[in-house]
Amino acid sequence: MNINATLLGQAITFAILIWFTMKFVWPPLLQAMEERAKTIADGLAAAERGKHDLDLAAKRSAEIIHQAKEKAGEIITAGDKRASEIIEEAKANAKAEGDRIIAGAKAEIDQEVFRAKEQLRTQVSAIALAGAGKILGREIDAKAHNDLLDKLVAEI
Amino acid sequence: MSTEGLSTTEYIQHHLTNLHSGEGFWSLHLDTIFVSLIIGLIVFGTMWLATRKATAGVPGPLQNFIEMVVGMVDTQVKDTFHGKSELIAPLALTIFVWIFAMNAMDVIPVDLLPLVASWFGLSHLKIGPSTDLNATFAMSISVFFLIYFYSFKVKGVVGFSKEILFSPFGKFPLLIPVNILFRIVEDIAKPISLALRLFGNMYAGEMVFILIALLPWYLQWMLGAPWAIFHLLIITLQAFVFMMLSIVYLSMAHESH
Repeated sequence: MNINATLLGQAITFAILIWFTMKFVWPPLLQAMEERAKTIADGLAAAERGKHDLDLAAKRSAEIIHQAKEKAGEIITAGDKRASEIIEEAKANAKAEGDRIIAGAKAEIDQEVFRAKEQLRTQVSAIALAGAGKILGREIDAKAHNDLLDKLVAEI
Repeated sequence: MSTEGLSTTEYIQHHLTNLHSGEGFWSLHLDTIFVSLIIGLIVFGTMWLATRKATAGVPGPLQNFIEMVVGMVDTQVKDTFHGKSELIAPLALTIFVWIFAMNAMDVIPVDLLPLVASWFGLSHLKIGPSTDLNATFAMSISVFFLIYFYSFKVKGVVGFSKEILFSPFGKFPLLIPVNILFRIVEDIAKPISLALRLFGNMYAGEMVFILIALLPWYLQWMLGAPWAIFHLLIITLQAFVFMMLSIVYLSMAHESH
Protein backbone atom coordinates (compact mmCIF):
# COMPACT_ATOMS: atom_id res chain seq x y z
CA MET A 1 0.00 0.00 0.00
CA ASN A 2 2.79 2.35 -0.79
CA ILE A 3 2.03 5.63 -2.46
CA ASN A 4 3.40 5.75 -5.98
CA ALA A 5 2.72 7.01 -9.49
CA THR A 6 -0.54 5.09 -9.54
CA LEU A 7 -1.93 8.12 -7.73
CA LEU A 8 -1.17 10.33 -10.73
CA GLY A 9 -2.74 7.84 -13.11
CA GLN A 10 -5.84 7.63 -10.97
CA ALA A 11 -6.06 11.41 -10.74
CA ILE A 12 -5.90 11.66 -14.53
CA THR A 13 -8.62 9.03 -14.90
CA PHE A 14 -10.69 10.85 -12.31
CA ALA A 15 -10.29 14.16 -14.15
CA ILE A 16 -11.31 12.58 -17.45
CA LEU A 17 -14.36 10.98 -15.87
CA ILE A 18 -15.40 14.28 -14.30
CA TRP A 19 -14.98 16.04 -17.63
CA PHE A 20 -16.98 13.34 -19.38
CA THR A 21 -19.79 13.48 -16.86
CA MET A 22 -19.86 17.27 -17.02
CA LYS A 23 -19.98 17.32 -20.81
CA PHE A 24 -22.02 14.30 -21.85
CA VAL A 25 -23.92 12.80 -18.95
CA TRP A 26 -25.17 15.51 -16.63
CA PRO A 27 -26.65 18.16 -18.95
CA PRO A 28 -28.84 15.97 -21.20
CA LEU A 29 -30.16 13.91 -18.30
CA LEU A 30 -30.95 16.91 -16.17
CA GLN A 31 -32.56 18.64 -19.13
CA ALA A 32 -34.75 15.63 -19.83
CA MET A 33 -35.71 15.44 -16.16
CA GLU A 34 -36.54 19.13 -15.97
CA GLU A 35 -38.56 18.95 -19.18
CA ARG A 36 -40.49 16.00 -17.82
CA ALA A 37 -41.10 17.78 -14.55
CA LYS A 38 -42.44 20.73 -16.52
CA THR A 39 -44.63 18.48 -18.68
CA ILE A 40 -46.04 16.82 -15.60
CA ALA A 41 -46.69 20.17 -13.93
CA ASP A 42 -48.40 21.42 -17.10
CA GLY A 43 -50.47 18.25 -17.29
CA LEU A 44 -51.54 18.58 -13.69
CA ALA A 45 -52.48 22.21 -14.24
CA ALA A 46 -54.45 21.27 -17.36
CA ALA A 47 -56.25 18.53 -15.45
CA GLU A 48 -57.10 21.01 -12.72
CA ARG A 49 -58.39 23.45 -15.31
CA GLY A 50 -60.41 20.71 -17.00
CA LYS A 51 -61.98 19.78 -13.69
CA HIS A 52 -62.85 23.39 -13.07
CA ASP A 53 -64.39 23.66 -16.56
CA LEU A 54 -66.37 20.50 -15.93
CA ASP A 55 -67.74 21.97 -12.71
CA LEU A 56 -68.74 25.13 -14.52
CA ALA A 57 -70.37 23.17 -17.34
CA ALA A 58 -72.31 21.01 -14.87
CA LYS A 59 -73.51 24.11 -13.10
CA ARG A 60 -74.53 25.72 -16.38
CA SER A 61 -76.31 22.61 -17.65
CA ALA A 62 -78.24 22.38 -14.39
CA GLU A 63 -79.22 26.00 -14.81
CA ILE A 64 -80.33 25.42 -18.41
CA ILE A 65 -82.38 22.39 -17.41
CA HIS A 66 -83.99 24.41 -14.65
CA GLN A 67 -84.83 27.17 -17.11
CA ALA A 68 -86.20 24.68 -19.61
CA LYS A 69 -88.40 23.14 -16.94
CA GLU A 70 -89.69 26.54 -15.99
CA LYS A 71 -90.41 27.38 -19.60
CA ALA A 72 -92.15 24.08 -20.19
CA GLY A 73 -94.32 24.75 -17.13
CA GLU A 74 -95.16 28.16 -18.49
CA ILE A 75 -96.04 26.71 -21.88
CA ILE A 76 -98.27 24.07 -20.31
CA THR A 77 -100.03 26.68 -18.22
CA ALA A 78 -100.53 28.88 -21.28
CA GLY A 79 -101.82 25.90 -23.23
CA ASP A 80 -104.28 25.00 -20.50
CA LYS A 81 -105.49 28.55 -20.37
CA ARG A 82 -105.86 28.71 -24.11
CA ALA A 83 -107.74 25.40 -24.14
CA SER A 84 -110.22 26.59 -21.54
CA GLU A 85 -110.56 29.83 -23.44
CA ILE A 86 -111.36 27.92 -26.62
CA ILE A 87 -113.90 25.80 -24.74
CA GLU A 88 -115.52 28.90 -23.30
CA GLU A 89 -115.60 30.49 -26.71
CA ALA A 90 -117.11 27.38 -28.27
CA LYS A 91 -119.72 27.26 -25.53
CA ALA A 92 -120.56 30.93 -26.10
CA ASN A 93 -120.76 30.38 -29.86
CA ALA A 94 -122.97 27.34 -29.44
CA LYS A 95 -125.26 29.23 -27.08
CA ALA A 96 -125.53 32.14 -29.49
CA GLU A 97 -126.21 29.75 -32.33
CA GLY A 98 -128.86 27.94 -30.28
CA ASP A 99 -130.46 31.22 -29.28
CA ARG A 100 -130.52 32.24 -32.91
CA ILE A 101 -132.10 28.96 -33.96
CA ILE A 102 -134.68 29.24 -31.15
CA ALA A 103 -135.45 32.85 -32.14
CA GLY A 104 -135.88 31.77 -35.81
CA ALA A 105 -138.16 28.94 -34.78
CA LYS A 106 -140.17 31.27 -32.56
CA ALA A 107 -140.56 33.78 -35.38
CA GLU A 108 -141.69 31.01 -37.67
CA ILE A 109 -144.16 29.75 -35.05
CA ASP A 110 -145.47 33.31 -34.61
CA GLN A 111 -145.85 33.63 -38.30
CA GLU A 112 -147.64 30.31 -38.46
CA VAL A 113 -149.89 31.35 -35.59
CA PHE A 114 -150.60 34.67 -37.31
CA ARG A 115 -151.40 32.94 -40.56
CA ALA A 116 -153.62 30.43 -38.79
CA LYS A 117 -155.41 33.29 -37.00
CA GLU A 118 -155.91 35.08 -40.29
CA GLN A 119 -157.29 31.95 -41.85
CA LEU A 120 -159.42 31.29 -38.84
CA ARG A 121 -160.73 34.86 -38.90
CA THR A 122 -161.66 34.56 -42.54
CA GLN A 123 -163.33 31.23 -41.96
CA VAL A 124 -165.14 32.54 -38.80
CA SER A 125 -166.50 35.53 -40.75
CA ALA A 126 -167.65 33.18 -43.49
CA ILE A 127 -169.28 30.93 -40.86
CA ALA A 128 -170.83 33.96 -39.16
CA LEU A 129 -172.08 35.20 -42.47
CA ALA A 130 -173.50 31.84 -43.35
CA GLY A 131 -175.02 31.54 -39.89
CA ALA A 132 -176.58 35.01 -40.05
CA GLY A 133 -177.76 34.35 -43.57
CA LYS A 134 -179.47 31.15 -42.36
CA ILE A 135 -180.95 32.91 -39.33
CA LEU A 136 -182.33 35.89 -41.27
CA GLY A 137 -183.46 33.76 -44.24
CA ARG A 138 -184.65 35.46 -47.13
CA GLU A 139 -185.11 38.77 -45.36
CA ILE A 140 -181.64 39.68 -45.71
CA ASP A 141 -180.46 40.33 -49.13
CA ALA A 142 -176.85 39.48 -49.47
CA LYS A 143 -176.44 42.16 -51.93
CA ALA A 144 -178.07 44.82 -49.86
CA HIS A 145 -176.11 44.10 -46.72
CA ASN A 146 -172.81 43.30 -48.24
CA ASP A 147 -171.09 46.37 -46.98
CA LEU A 148 -172.37 45.76 -43.49
CA LEU A 149 -171.01 42.22 -43.53
CA ASP A 150 -167.66 43.41 -44.78
CA LYS A 151 -167.47 45.82 -41.87
CA LEU A 152 -168.27 42.95 -39.52
CA VAL A 153 -165.52 40.76 -41.00
CA ALA A 154 -163.07 43.63 -40.62
CA GLU A 155 -164.00 44.05 -36.99
CA ILE A 156 -163.60 40.36 -36.06
CA MET B 1 -10.53 -21.95 0.23
CA SER B 2 -6.85 -21.49 0.84
CA THR B 3 -4.54 -21.71 -2.09
CA GLU B 4 -2.50 -24.87 -1.98
CA GLY B 5 1.12 -24.55 -1.00
CA LEU B 6 0.74 -21.21 0.76
CA SER B 7 0.69 -20.59 4.48
CA THR B 8 -2.15 -18.48 5.88
CA THR B 9 0.02 -15.38 6.17
CA GLU B 10 1.34 -15.80 2.67
CA TYR B 11 -2.20 -16.28 1.38
CA ILE B 12 -3.35 -13.05 3.00
CA GLN B 13 -0.33 -11.14 1.82
CA HIS B 14 -0.73 -12.48 -1.67
CA HIS B 15 -4.25 -11.10 -1.71
CA LEU B 16 -3.17 -7.74 -0.41
CA THR B 17 -0.40 -7.22 -2.95
CA ASN B 18 -1.05 -5.20 -6.03
CA LEU B 19 0.02 -6.25 -9.46
CA HIS B 20 2.73 -3.67 -10.02
CA SER B 21 5.42 -2.73 -12.45
CA GLY B 22 8.45 -0.58 -11.80
CA GLU B 23 10.21 0.23 -8.59
CA GLY B 24 10.06 3.05 -6.04
CA PHE B 25 7.75 5.97 -6.59
CA TRP B 26 7.54 5.57 -10.33
CA SER B 27 5.97 2.16 -10.11
CA LEU B 28 2.39 1.56 -11.10
CA HIS B 29 -0.30 -0.59 -9.58
CA LEU B 30 -1.55 -2.02 -12.84
CA ASP B 31 -4.57 -3.74 -11.30
CA THR B 32 -5.81 -0.56 -9.62
CA ILE B 33 -5.36 1.46 -12.79
CA PHE B 34 -6.93 -1.00 -15.18
CA VAL B 35 -9.77 -2.18 -12.97
CA SER B 36 -10.81 1.37 -12.14
CA LEU B 37 -10.46 2.37 -15.79
CA ILE B 38 -12.52 -0.56 -17.04
CA ILE B 39 -15.16 0.05 -14.37
CA GLY B 40 -15.19 3.72 -15.30
CA LEU B 41 -15.64 2.87 -18.99
CA ILE B 42 -18.47 0.44 -18.27
CA VAL B 43 -20.35 2.61 -15.79
CA PHE B 44 -19.92 5.95 -17.50
CA GLY B 45 -20.41 4.37 -20.90
CA THR B 46 -23.73 3.00 -19.66
CA MET B 47 -24.74 6.39 -18.36
CA TRP B 48 -23.75 7.93 -21.66
CA LEU B 49 -25.86 5.37 -23.51
CA ALA B 50 -28.78 6.30 -21.28
CA THR B 51 -28.35 9.97 -22.14
CA ARG B 52 -28.20 9.16 -25.85
CA LYS B 53 -31.73 7.81 -25.67
CA ALA B 54 -32.87 10.19 -22.94
CA THR B 55 -36.34 11.55 -23.49
CA ALA B 56 -38.46 13.95 -21.52
CA GLY B 57 -41.32 11.53 -22.07
CA VAL B 58 -41.70 8.18 -20.38
CA PRO B 59 -38.18 6.98 -19.50
CA GLY B 60 -37.03 3.44 -20.12
CA PRO B 61 -35.78 1.29 -17.24
CA LEU B 62 -32.12 2.25 -17.74
CA GLN B 63 -32.88 5.95 -17.98
CA ASN B 64 -35.20 5.67 -15.02
CA PHE B 65 -32.52 4.05 -12.87
CA ILE B 66 -29.84 6.55 -13.82
CA GLU B 67 -32.24 9.43 -13.32
CA MET B 68 -32.87 8.16 -9.80
CA VAL B 69 -29.14 8.42 -9.08
CA VAL B 70 -28.83 11.76 -10.83
CA GLY B 71 -31.88 13.08 -9.02
CA MET B 72 -30.47 11.97 -5.66
CA VAL B 73 -27.13 13.68 -6.34
CA ASP B 74 -28.87 16.78 -7.65
CA THR B 75 -30.99 17.04 -4.52
CA GLN B 76 -27.95 16.67 -2.26
CA VAL B 77 -26.01 19.30 -4.19
CA LYS B 78 -28.92 21.74 -4.18
CA ASP B 79 -29.50 21.26 -0.46
CA THR B 80 -25.87 21.89 0.42
CA PHE B 81 -24.45 24.17 -2.22
CA HIS B 82 -26.24 27.42 -2.89
CA GLY B 83 -23.94 29.02 -5.43
CA LYS B 84 -23.96 28.45 -9.15
CA SER B 85 -21.47 26.01 -10.55
CA GLU B 86 -21.29 23.92 -13.67
CA LEU B 87 -18.79 21.58 -12.06
CA ILE B 88 -19.94 20.59 -8.60
CA ALA B 89 -23.02 18.53 -9.46
CA PRO B 90 -21.34 16.47 -12.21
CA LEU B 91 -18.30 16.11 -9.95
CA ALA B 92 -20.50 14.77 -7.16
CA LEU B 93 -22.16 12.35 -9.57
CA THR B 94 -18.78 11.16 -10.85
CA ILE B 95 -17.48 10.63 -7.33
CA PHE B 96 -20.57 8.77 -6.16
CA VAL B 97 -20.92 6.50 -9.17
CA TRP B 98 -17.24 5.73 -9.62
CA ILE B 99 -16.56 5.06 -5.94
CA PHE B 100 -19.71 2.95 -5.69
CA ALA B 101 -18.62 0.86 -8.66
CA MET B 102 -15.06 0.48 -7.37
CA ASN B 103 -16.30 -0.44 -3.91
CA ALA B 104 -18.71 -2.96 -5.39
CA MET B 105 -15.73 -4.96 -6.68
CA ASP B 106 -15.22 -5.94 -3.05
CA VAL B 107 -18.20 -8.29 -3.00
CA ILE B 108 -16.85 -10.35 -5.89
CA PRO B 109 -15.49 -13.55 -4.31
CA VAL B 110 -11.91 -12.83 -3.27
CA ASP B 111 -10.36 -15.77 -5.06
CA LEU B 112 -12.35 -15.65 -8.28
CA LEU B 113 -10.66 -12.92 -10.29
CA PRO B 114 -7.10 -13.68 -9.03
CA LEU B 115 -7.71 -17.26 -10.18
CA VAL B 116 -8.82 -16.06 -13.61
CA ALA B 117 -5.83 -13.72 -13.70
CA SER B 118 -3.46 -16.60 -12.89
CA TRP B 119 -4.63 -18.36 -16.06
CA PHE B 120 -3.31 -15.35 -17.99
CA GLY B 121 -0.03 -15.44 -16.12
CA LEU B 122 -0.67 -12.52 -13.77
CA SER B 123 0.94 -13.20 -10.39
CA HIS B 124 -1.15 -10.84 -8.28
CA LEU B 125 -4.53 -9.14 -8.61
CA LYS B 126 -6.10 -6.89 -6.02
CA ILE B 127 -9.51 -6.36 -7.38
CA GLY B 128 -10.92 -3.43 -5.40
CA PRO B 129 -9.34 -0.18 -6.56
CA SER B 130 -10.66 1.67 -3.51
CA THR B 131 -8.66 -0.69 -1.27
CA ASP B 132 -5.61 0.99 -2.77
CA LEU B 133 -4.54 4.23 -1.07
CA ASN B 134 -3.39 5.61 -4.40
CA ALA B 135 -6.93 5.55 -5.77
CA THR B 136 -8.54 7.17 -2.75
CA PHE B 137 -5.83 9.80 -2.41
CA ALA B 138 -6.00 10.56 -6.11
CA MET B 139 -9.62 11.58 -5.69
CA SER B 140 -9.29 13.37 -2.38
CA ILE B 141 -6.25 15.36 -3.55
CA SER B 142 -8.08 16.30 -6.76
CA VAL B 143 -10.95 17.54 -4.63
CA PHE B 144 -8.42 19.38 -2.45
CA PHE B 145 -7.00 21.21 -5.48
CA LEU B 146 -10.51 22.07 -6.63
CA ILE B 147 -11.23 23.53 -3.17
CA TYR B 148 -8.24 25.85 -3.54
CA PHE B 149 -9.03 26.65 -7.15
CA TYR B 150 -12.56 27.75 -6.25
CA SER B 151 -11.41 29.57 -3.10
CA PHE B 152 -9.14 31.74 -5.22
CA LYS B 153 -11.62 32.05 -8.06
CA VAL B 154 -14.59 33.07 -5.95
CA LYS B 155 -12.96 35.16 -3.23
CA GLY B 156 -9.92 36.47 -5.10
CA VAL B 157 -6.36 36.41 -3.77
CA VAL B 158 -7.05 39.22 -1.28
CA GLY B 159 -10.31 37.84 -0.02
CA PHE B 160 -8.93 34.36 0.39
CA SER B 161 -5.79 35.65 2.16
CA LYS B 162 -7.97 37.61 4.56
CA GLU B 163 -9.96 34.49 5.26
CA ILE B 164 -6.81 32.53 6.04
CA LEU B 165 -5.40 35.29 8.25
CA PHE B 166 -8.50 36.40 10.15
CA SER B 167 -10.75 33.38 10.61
CA PRO B 168 -11.77 31.63 12.72
CA PHE B 169 -10.62 33.79 15.66
CA GLY B 170 -10.78 37.33 14.29
CA LYS B 171 -8.50 40.21 13.31
CA PHE B 172 -6.44 40.64 16.48
CA PRO B 173 -2.78 40.56 15.28
CA LEU B 174 -1.56 38.11 17.92
CA LEU B 175 -4.19 35.64 16.77
CA ILE B 176 -3.05 35.60 13.15
CA PRO B 177 -0.45 32.80 13.61
CA VAL B 178 -3.06 30.76 15.46
CA ASN B 179 -5.53 31.35 12.64
CA ILE B 180 -2.99 30.23 10.05
CA LEU B 181 -2.10 27.15 12.08
CA PHE B 182 -5.75 26.18 12.40
CA ARG B 183 -6.27 26.71 8.72
CA ILE B 184 -3.31 24.48 7.81
CA VAL B 185 -4.51 21.70 10.08
CA GLU B 186 -8.05 22.01 8.77
CA ASP B 187 -7.06 21.95 5.12
CA ILE B 188 -4.61 19.08 5.46
CA ALA B 189 -7.18 17.10 7.38
CA LYS B 190 -9.70 17.35 4.55
CA PRO B 191 -8.02 15.22 1.85
CA ILE B 192 -6.42 12.88 4.37
CA SER B 193 -9.68 12.16 6.16
CA LEU B 194 -11.52 11.73 2.87
CA ALA B 195 -9.00 9.29 1.47
CA LEU B 196 -8.32 7.33 4.66
CA ARG B 197 -11.98 6.95 5.55
CA LEU B 198 -12.79 5.34 2.23
CA PHE B 199 -9.58 3.32 2.12
CA GLY B 200 -9.96 2.12 5.70
CA ASN B 201 -13.50 0.92 5.27
CA MET B 202 -12.83 -0.85 2.02
CA TYR B 203 -9.51 -2.34 3.11
CA ALA B 204 -11.07 -3.65 6.31
CA GLY B 205 -13.97 -5.11 4.36
CA GLU B 206 -11.62 -6.81 1.93
CA MET B 207 -9.55 -8.10 4.84
CA VAL B 208 -12.58 -9.67 6.48
CA PHE B 209 -13.55 -11.33 3.20
CA ILE B 210 -10.05 -12.78 2.94
CA LEU B 211 -10.22 -14.06 6.51
CA ILE B 212 -13.63 -15.61 5.83
CA ALA B 213 -12.12 -17.30 2.78
CA LEU B 214 -9.67 -19.05 5.13
CA LEU B 215 -12.50 -20.91 6.86
CA PRO B 216 -13.48 -24.40 5.77
CA TRP B 217 -15.76 -24.10 2.72
CA TYR B 218 -18.88 -25.39 4.53
CA LEU B 219 -18.68 -22.66 7.18
CA GLN B 220 -17.98 -19.71 4.90
CA TRP B 221 -21.60 -18.87 4.16
CA MET B 222 -22.33 -18.33 7.87
CA LEU B 223 -20.03 -15.33 8.01
CA GLY B 224 -19.69 -14.55 4.33
CA ALA B 225 -23.35 -13.90 3.59
CA PRO B 226 -24.02 -11.54 6.53
CA TRP B 227 -20.76 -9.70 5.92
CA ALA B 228 -21.48 -9.31 2.20
CA ILE B 229 -24.94 -7.94 2.95
CA PHE B 230 -23.55 -5.57 5.56
CA HIS B 231 -20.77 -4.60 3.19
CA LEU B 232 -23.31 -3.55 0.54
CA LEU B 233 -24.45 -0.93 3.02
CA ILE B 234 -20.87 0.22 3.64
CA ILE B 235 -20.17 0.37 -0.10
CA THR B 236 -23.08 2.71 -0.67
CA LEU B 237 -22.53 4.67 2.49
CA GLN B 238 -18.84 5.32 1.83
CA ALA B 239 -19.55 6.45 -1.73
CA PHE B 240 -22.25 8.75 -0.39
CA VAL B 241 -20.05 10.12 2.40
CA PHE B 242 -17.17 10.88 0.04
CA MET B 243 -19.55 12.66 -2.33
CA MET B 244 -21.31 14.56 0.44
CA LEU B 245 -18.10 15.79 2.06
CA SER B 246 -16.71 16.87 -1.30
CA ILE B 247 -19.85 18.92 -1.88
CA VAL B 248 -19.60 20.41 1.60
CA TYR B 249 -15.91 21.31 1.20
CA LEU B 250 -16.50 22.87 -2.20
CA SER B 251 -19.49 24.86 -1.01
CA MET B 252 -17.36 26.10 1.90
CA ALA B 253 -14.82 27.25 -0.67
CA HIS B 254 -17.59 29.26 -2.34
CA GLU B 255 -18.90 30.95 0.78
CA SER B 256 -17.04 33.57 2.73
CA HIS B 257 -16.93 33.19 6.47
